Amino acid sequence: MAVLVFLLLRLTPGDPAAILAGDAATAEQIDRIRASLGLDRSIEAQFAIWLGQVLTGDLGQSFYYRMGVATLIGQRLEPTLALALFTLVLSVCVAVPLGVLAAWRHGGWLDRGLMAFSVGGFSVPTFVVAYLLIWLVSLKLGWLPVQGYVRFSENHLLFLKHLILPSITLSFIYIALIARVTRASVLEALGEDYIRTARAKGLPETRVLLRHALANAAVPIATVIGIGIAILIGGVVVTESVYAIPGLGRLTVDAVLARDFPTIQGLILFFSFVYVMVNLLIDLSYAFLDPRIRY
Amino acid sequence: MSALEVRGLTVALPRGADRAQAVSDVSFQVEKREIVCLVGESGSGKSVIAQAIMGLLPAALPVSRGQVFLEGEELTAAAPARLRELRGARMAMIFQEPMTALNPVMTCGAQLDELLLFHGRTSPAERRKKILQLLGEVALGDPERMLASYPHQLSGGQRQRIMIAMALALEPALLIADEPTTALDVTTQSQILKLIIEVQKRHGMAVLFITHDFGVVAEIADRVAVLRLGELVESGRREEVLSHPRHDYTRMLIASVPSLKPAQRATLPAGPAALETKKLSKTYTERRWLGPRREVHAARDVTLAVRRGETLGIVGESGSGKSTLARCLARLIEPSEGDIFLGGTNIARSKPAALRPLRSRIQIVFQDPYRSLNPRRTVAQALIEGPVNYGLSREQALERAGRLLALVGLEGSSLERYPHQFSGGQRQRICIARALAVEPEVLIADEAVSALDVSVQAQVLRLLEDIRRKLELAMVFITHDLRVAAQVCDTVAVMHRGRVVEYGSAAEVLVHPRDEYTQALLAAAPGRDFGFGSAAQEAARPGSGA
Amino acid sequence: MARVFANWSVRIGASALVFLLFLAIAAPYLGTVDPTLFDAGSRDLTPGQAGEITTLEGDTVKHVFLMGSDSFGRDIYSRVLYGTRVSLIVGLACAAVALAVGIVCGLLAGYVRWLDGPLMRLMDGIMAIPAILIAIALVALWRASLPTVIFAIAIPEIPRVTRLVRSLVLTLREEPYVEAAVSLGTPPLKIMFGHILPNTIAPLIVQGTYIVGFAILIEAILSFLGVGLPPDVPTWGNIMAEGRVQFVAYPHNVFFPGIFLAATVLAVNILGDGLRDTLDPKLAKRVEPE
Repeated sequence: MAVLVFLLLRLTPGDPAAILAGDAATAEQIDRIRASLGLDRSIEAQFAIWLGQVLTGDLGQSFYYRMGVATLIGQRLEPTLALALFTLVLSVCVAVPLGVLAAWRHGGWLDRGLMAFSVGGFSVPTFVVAYLLIWLVSLKLGWLPVQGYVRFSENHLLFLKHLILPSITLSFIYIALIARVTRASVLEALGEDYIRTARAKGLPETRVLLRHALANAAVPIATVIGIGIAILIGGVVVTESVYAIPGLGRLTVDAVLARDFPTIQGLILFFSFVYVMVNLLIDLSYAFLDPRIRY
Repeated sequence: MSALEVRGLTVALPRGADRAQAVSDVSFQVEKREIVCLVGESGSGKSVIAQAIMGLLPAALPVSRGQVFLEGEELTAAAPARLRELRGARMAMIFQEPMTALNPVMTCGAQLDELLLFHGRTSPAERRKKILQLLGEVALGDPERMLASYPHQLSGGQRQRIMIAMALALEPALLIADEPTTALDVTTQSQILKLIIEVQKRHGMAVLFITHDFGVVAEIADRVAVLRLGELVESGRREEVLSHPRHDYTRMLIASVPSLKPAQRATLPAGPAALETKKLSKTYTERRWLGPRREVHAARDVTLAVRRGETLGIVGESGSGKSTLARCLARLIEPSEGDIFLGGTNIARSKPAALRPLRSRIQIVFQDPYRSLNPRRTVAQALIEGPVNYGLSREQALERAGRLLALVGLEGSSLERYPHQFSGGQRQRICIARALAVEPEVLIADEAVSALDVSVQAQVLRLLEDIRRKLELAMVFITHDLRVAAQVCDTVAVMHRGRVVEYGSAAEVLVHPRDEYTQALLAAAPGRDFGFGSAAQEAARPGSGA
Repeated sequence: MARVFANWSVRIGASALVFLLFLAIAAPYLGTVDPTLFDAGSRDLTPGQAGEITTLEGDTVKHVFLMGSDSFGRDIYSRVLYGTRVSLIVGLACAAVALAVGIVCGLLAGYVRWLDGPLMRLMDGIMAIPAILIAIALVALWRASLPTVIFAIAIPEIPRVTRLVRSLVLTLREEPYVEAAVSLGTPPLKIMFGHILPNTIAPLIVQGTYIVGFAILIEAILSFLGVGLPPDVPTWGNIMAEGRVQFVAYPHNVFFPGIFLAATVLAVNILGDGLRDTLDPKLAKRVEPE
């Protein structure tokens, strides 16, 4: 993956040194910048150096912000982490019960409503949801601030207030995704023989639903929560832009616009690392969720 | 008062089904201390009756008329909460597939425990005592380990014992057993049947036993009820129904059960072997993420031979390696060691390209008739594929396809139809025709009749016998069913854990088995004391059939 | 086929898409002006207001701004309608590219044993990076134009198609009818094209539909973030990006393209669900949702 990120960003036209030096730079100036960035060496050498740095936690220097990329990411981490965790908790708490109920009352109004919402959640883009919410909640009703971010250490209440709308916005697609998969897997579990056994044992319906159906649907639900992290990351980029939150998503867009390659590279690597680690954890959790899976 | 009384039960099918009712106007009783077998082929509605009694029918299949009484209480009028009380407590059920019938993510102990818990046994210590006692009753050794195990860690027989323990837990008046031994190997089946009879006697339960297998009926039933397409055609005491069936359908069903006694077969002229294996082995290497590599010897040192006009039976339980052997013989997989001689040519290690010209000489028919034909291709396309590969023109191939369809007993108009328009038995005939289209010397039938109902099975067996004789085929017949083997095989090889434990003429192996395992297999065959099989013997006799 | 069109999701989704296709093709004849035209006198008009617009020849003509105008005085209605073209082209082209490359890779991975490992590791690598980040990075590098945007969006979709095709090939290869064809002496290529590929079509159509929807969405996001097609190209994302500055005063600049975008993706996804239910009921489990 590291190789991929590196090659992706280096084997493409566009000379960062030239961009950095600006339009009026002389060839000499550009060369100097290039040498200072290590861009004058061979691709293999560059990669070896970069990989060595990455492994020691050094993501290189940002061309644009003129500071270490790792430091930069560290500075911008809090808002993104807060937003992502809020969204994650909110989504799982809403989506899983909804999905279970919809599967239980398969074909009923809740089921149909949820399926409609779920298709909608996939289809309505995050920024449209964002503007709708801003327009309705902040502008028309005036309940919550329109944009911005307050650090947790500065003011707890304002921190919360500023995160509510972005989290709801971001959770739409995530809820749609998780609820849909929960519904489908619980529905499938409900069709299995052991559900018939459970009912033949005279168990109450809640027990059948939770201990038998949901427990067996846990693996696909965990999987989709993991896969959904990718969507969450994509959503963070958009949401932070709309709500003017100075997090990693915003940084990504800014870095792209500034063609700040070390930063882009570092961010992609960081996001991918988080994504892979979360999914690795989820893979490991399978062994707890399903005793048939052993590593 | 009967333990169970079913009165005029009628269950509607959704519109658009092949008939209006899944079950129509069915009445029968099960008395205390009695085992009643409900017998029928697939689609007879026997499982629907079981679910109707338990009140577990899906919404699409409502009870439209009739009543069900459990110990005098009308279930068809009971409230859901009352039904829930009765289920597990007064009526219990065990199912066909013990692997899927148990919740895979709960330990067996927890599944037993919750049954007791939700039927009001609140003291954990008391529940535990009861569970251990139940496990003893179903003869599960090492109860502590059993309770801590998940279903996948147990064998099929152990799982079914857990199911039976669960069913017994609250001393129900009625036990419904829906094909409880169908998914089990024959030796396990015989143990489970014994266990069911034993606990039924001890607890004085009424048992409604649902099966398609007359061997099992002969083994276990007090009374028998025969179902056909949702209607009860005949019921009576076991001896009456089995020995003097009144209804034509029952008579046909019973006649279709093959006899365990090997059929008289014409002695064959000694000739060169059409197919021969020498020390054939197939080893799979399992690689796990952590831990050492594990080698699985699916087949070991198999040495067999079959001549033209002869049928070699390969008999074994699941996991014995018989299907691996079949796939090696057809060279769908490459054997690890040993030789396969196809008319003198060693094909054990031939490369795919070198193999292709030889493939027409050895053909295979699979078990599952629903997956053996490409759903997107017409019968004609399926039948001409082989011949065209070997250089026939389309017209010649089509003409041959027409002849073959007639040979396997299907109309010529079938050519333009798609597989989904045929029944399982018809599809199996098409598969046989497809295999014959390339004029093979050797035909491998891998459990080719196992998925079929007994009446259809008898027809397909007759067909296979017939073409073997007409075309002088060497046939390798792979089956788990000793009855079938006894009727169609000249020689029999019994496989156990990848090895051939006994190999000889059918009359020798199946009548005077020398190997312990073969003896156990034969002893376990259900209904062996009952003289089934007039029809099958009729079919196997030279000159009949056609 | 009749069964497919009997499905209400398919009917609704397909009719909505046909309507959008009509809008895209007939855009010049639906009372629009050139979407790049602007007029300093007609800035920030509210929907339905009449104003003037200057043509390329320099003439000033009267024009009713059905959806209002933006801060340059461009007609939002015209831009939205022309934006349909971009979205549909991007969506369909991305699906075509992703499917074509994915099918080839999937077949290779499923059939050529030594390629399977390296190819699937590469795909795993691509899948480890969130799709939108790949698209953003690629577009940033290549400088946005229609083809680069299409490829940038299609590339992260390729692994999904590859995996689907590969897993279908591997399961279908074990089907008894394929084994029967092997023993009938059918050569490998004929098996691939005669038995395996035809049985992968249904799931691929469904997957392709979802890619269309996804691609339209990503394209709009790229434009909206300012890293997609140049701002003067009328795409829904660009219109919204331009409108967001004045969102508080003129929310319609964001909402009209937003509604079109949401409706289009919704139609595609509804069609996809309908196709899945009718063509391939087992697919719900197989396709990893975006």
